[in-house]
Amino acid sequence: MLRLLTLFLALALPVKAEEVVLGMSQTEVAITANFDGSEILIFGAVKREEAIPEGDPLQVTVAIQGPSEPLTVRRKEKRFGIWVNTESVEVDAAPSFYAVATSAPFDQVLSSTEDLRYKISIPSAIRSVGAPMTVADSQSFTEAVIRVRKANGLFQLLEGDVEFSQETLFKTSIAMPANLTEGEYRTRIYLTRSGEVVSEYETFIDVRKVGLERWLYTLSRQQPLMYGLLSLAIAIFSGWAASAIFTALRRN
Amino acid sequence: MQIYLPIAEVSVNAFLLLGLGGIVGILSGMFGVGGGFLMTPLLFFIGIPPAVAVATEANQIVASSFSGVLAHVKRKSVDFRMGTVLLIGGLVGAALGVFVFNYLKSLGQVDLLVKLCYVLFLGIIGALMFVESLNAIRKSKKPSKAPKRKQRGWIHALPFKMRFRTSGLYISVIPPLIVGVAVGILAAIMGVGGGFIMVPAMIYLLGMPTKVVVGTSLFQIIFVTAFTTLLHATTNFTVDMVLAVLLLVGGVFGAQVGSRIGTKLKAEQLRILLAMMVLAVCGKLAFDLLVMPSELYSLGAAGGH
Repeated sequence: MLRLLTLFLALALPVKAEEVVLGMSQTEVAITANFDGSEILIFGAVKREEAIPEGDPLQVTVAIQGPSEPLTVRRKEKRFGIWVNTESVEVDAAPSFYAVATSAPFDQVLSSTEDLRYKISIPSAIRSVGAPMTVADSQSFTEAVIRVRKANGLFQLLEGDVEFSQETLFKTSIAMPANLTEGEYRTRIYLTRSGEVVSEYETFIDVRKVGLERWLYTLSRQQPLMYGLLSLAIAIFSGWAASAIFTALRRN
Repeated sequence: MQIYLPIAEVSVNAFLLLGLGGIVGILSGMFGVGGGFLMTPLLFFIGIPPAVAVATEANQIVASSFSGVLAHVKRKSVDFRMGTVLLIGGLVGAALGVFVFNYLKSLGQVDLLVKLCYVLFLGIIGALMFVESLNAIRKSKKPSKAPKRKQRGWIHALPFKMRFRTSGLYISVIPPLIVGVAVGILAAIMGVGGGFIMVPAMIYLLGMPTKVVVGTSLFQIIFVTAFTTLLHATTNFTVDMVLAVLLLVGGVFGAQVGSRIGTKLKAEQLRILLAMMVLAVCGKLAFDLLVMPSELYSLGAAGGH
């Protein structure tokens, strides 16, 4: 369900030689009752006043980041013959969704110093400082966050998924799974040359529940007792209705 | 057809949920168990967060139990007096259970202890019922002497005796109260109605006739699970109404079909079927605890919130 293509003109900053002009298939993701994930098409062009500079080709990186939240990561170990949670590490902030698409292998697109500065790669998006002293390999807990979220389609590294033609037009599509969290999804586009960022552009995709989903969610948080009673009323009514229907059916 | 669940925040197939509700509903009507001990693990498998599965399942059990109990009321196979005594214990137990559940959640051990509870209770009860029903079937084949009246031991020595006409019992209210509390705790912690423990307890411990056991346990389960639903909805915000509606639409019809099937089967056959099912679920859960999981790490909300 592609909406009208909306174009966002980048503010013309004269200092930059090359800038991003961006379009997106949608700037909102509406979570409706039959929401089954969403595919977002991100496309655009590089605007420049002069000829394409010599040297390494220009590369494009697109990153979409969902709202961050703290997490507890637990590890299982075999104790008394069964697998139980033993050690745990608190991760201070991990995005609920993170997708990075590049026009070439990641290490060719971006140098590690630039990655540190702009926090683009998946590991750099996770902040973890407070691992307890008893846990020797806290790194493996952060890796586990990435592994588990990748398996759920919540973290995606899409190397070479950005189509980039004539160092001018670029296009990529990012699949957002159904299990999205609500919030502002920060969307960043970087133009890089020889691993250095030459231009960046930032916008937001709004992910919101709408309609019945919105109403139920709000009711459950703001009027929990009403919500609970409503759930029970529906349950009792359905139970009675089914019984009444079956009795009527048996009489006929 | 995929449908997005607003509280669980996942998208699942609506027909899968309707089907699961229907099958579990049939079992609920046949055996007088809420079916939660099957449904809750099934919901885990299709990716519903455990906290939401436990709370929503309580809501669904209200519907299928209500539908089931109506059929039993018409057949006059509900002991309201016994049900009320069990209920008083159940409400106390449910409040205790939600408290214990939230405490274990803060320790990060709630999954393990819930599963251990399942393995322990299902194992013991399944084995007991299986052996007992086998013996009963064997005896019924031989032209045996009249079955001995159930034990006249310590239970009959307790004070506060009460007459339960429908069950044909004159016993102390203490054992049913204790059974009620235990079932209430399990209802809140394990996301079950507790029928799978209450039904055997009523038969073997209280000595109630099998005929009234199913209806009476359904009667008690309605109120205890309704109370649990409200507690979860107001303290954890984990009742998913959309999920509950899909499960209960299948569930209430299933329960009606099941209670019709139940009247056509003999009590011993009914019990041996239930015993085998209980043992199967127990075996699966025990297997999962013993085998090395494919992912050793798990993610949870921070601070045990």
